[in-house]
Amino acid sequence: MIAACPECERKLDLPDSTRLSEVVECPDCRSELEVVSIEPPLLVIAPEAEEDWGE
Amino acid sequence: MIRAAVLGGAGYIGGELLRLLLGHPEVELAAAVSSRLGGKRIDSTHPNLRGLTDLTFCAEEELEQYDVLLLAAGHGATMELLPRLAGHAKTLIDLSGDFRLTDPAVYEAYYGLPHTAPELLGDFVPGAPELAREALRGADRIAVPGCMATAAILALRPLAAEQLIEPDVTVDARTGSSGSGATAGPANTHAERSGAMRVFAPAGHRHEAEIAQSCGVRPTMTATGVEAVRGVQVLCRATLRDGVDETAVRRAYRRHYADEPFVRVVAQRRGMYRLPEPKVLSGSNYCDVGFAVRPEARQVLAVAALDNLVKGGAGNAVQSLNIRMGWPERLGLEFPGLHPV
Repeated sequence: MIAACPECERKLDLPDSTRLSEVVECPDCRSELEVVSIEPPLLVIAPEAEEDWGE
Repeated sequence: MIRAAVLGGAGYIGGELLRLLLGHPEVELAAAVSSRLGGKRIDSTHPNLRGLTDLTFCAEEELEQYDVLLLAAGHGATMELLPRLAGHAKTLIDLSGDFRLTDPAVYEAYYGLPHTAPELLGDFVPGAPELAREALRGADRIAVPGCMATAAILALRPLAAEQLIEPDVTVDARTGSSGSGATAGPANTHAERSGAMRVFAPAGHRHEAEIAQSCGVRPTMTATGVEAVRGVQVLCRATLRDGVDETAVRRAYRRHYADEPFVRVVAQRRGMYRLPEPKVLSGSNYCDVGFAVRPEARQVLAVAALDNLVKGGAGNAVQSLNIRMGWPERLGLEFPGLHPV
């Protein structure tokens, strides 16, 4: 499965075992990307974990 | 196997040439000239070479015939030396500033002295594989660019060649102390240098002319000495032309450097080393280039880092030699650098 990084357009070769909601890293720009569709394969920038400062 | 000689072998660039050539599988290091240390063992001056050679420095008058002569003497001196040494080798590779600029008037403006061999300037091909690979294949006169110039040229070239930026650029260069050479003056004693961030060239640095010549831009360059022995980093600021965005910038870098063996595009969103940094390049022949774009302000920051003695000098010379001889370009230059260092 080939999908493009939405940040830098790098083509990522995703293994067939890739699952929905999996997070992968772009080897070029190192963005964390979430798999939001398998057919067709589609990646979006993964939401960053929010810090709650212990509240 | 070819026979090579190095002139100016006692300096820091000369020492790196000796190190790289001693490890090169197709080169026999046959002689190293030093005007100060004739008769002394090479590994007394360059202790990292202990066990690798029993050569001693010789005088210029002792030079024989070689396949290649690499000159690591200073500017001003080299244009006097080179004409009389040219007969010692078919191929000459010069690492001084004397044969980098094609216009003798520009040379005089930046170096403050008239060129004494202007008729030879047109003979030299830049020892910059990313710019002149085809010309290097048959070149017997090669002039390796300056360290900060190499970094700035590799940072700016994709943007300038694809006309993504306006011609006026600023280049803020930072350099380690080895760039000042092995014969320290009062400004380079430990007491004066340690901890310093010294703007030693607020304007008009000599490498400015090389950047202008190679990229067709109008650079304004500052150079600052920082707390490091090796390493150069340049921050180049330019204005993007109308309609140019980050995608276009990234595509330009990819197009120019996708197949380059020693240029890596480093512009990452995450991690400690998001943009090029010389710290992890010590001893390697890599130049890392990267960028950051502020589209709303039409600004681009192009960054490059390298080891000033390797990709900024001796490594570029050996890479050029590899191309000239038809050898694999990476031969003798595989060391990737250290981390941590």
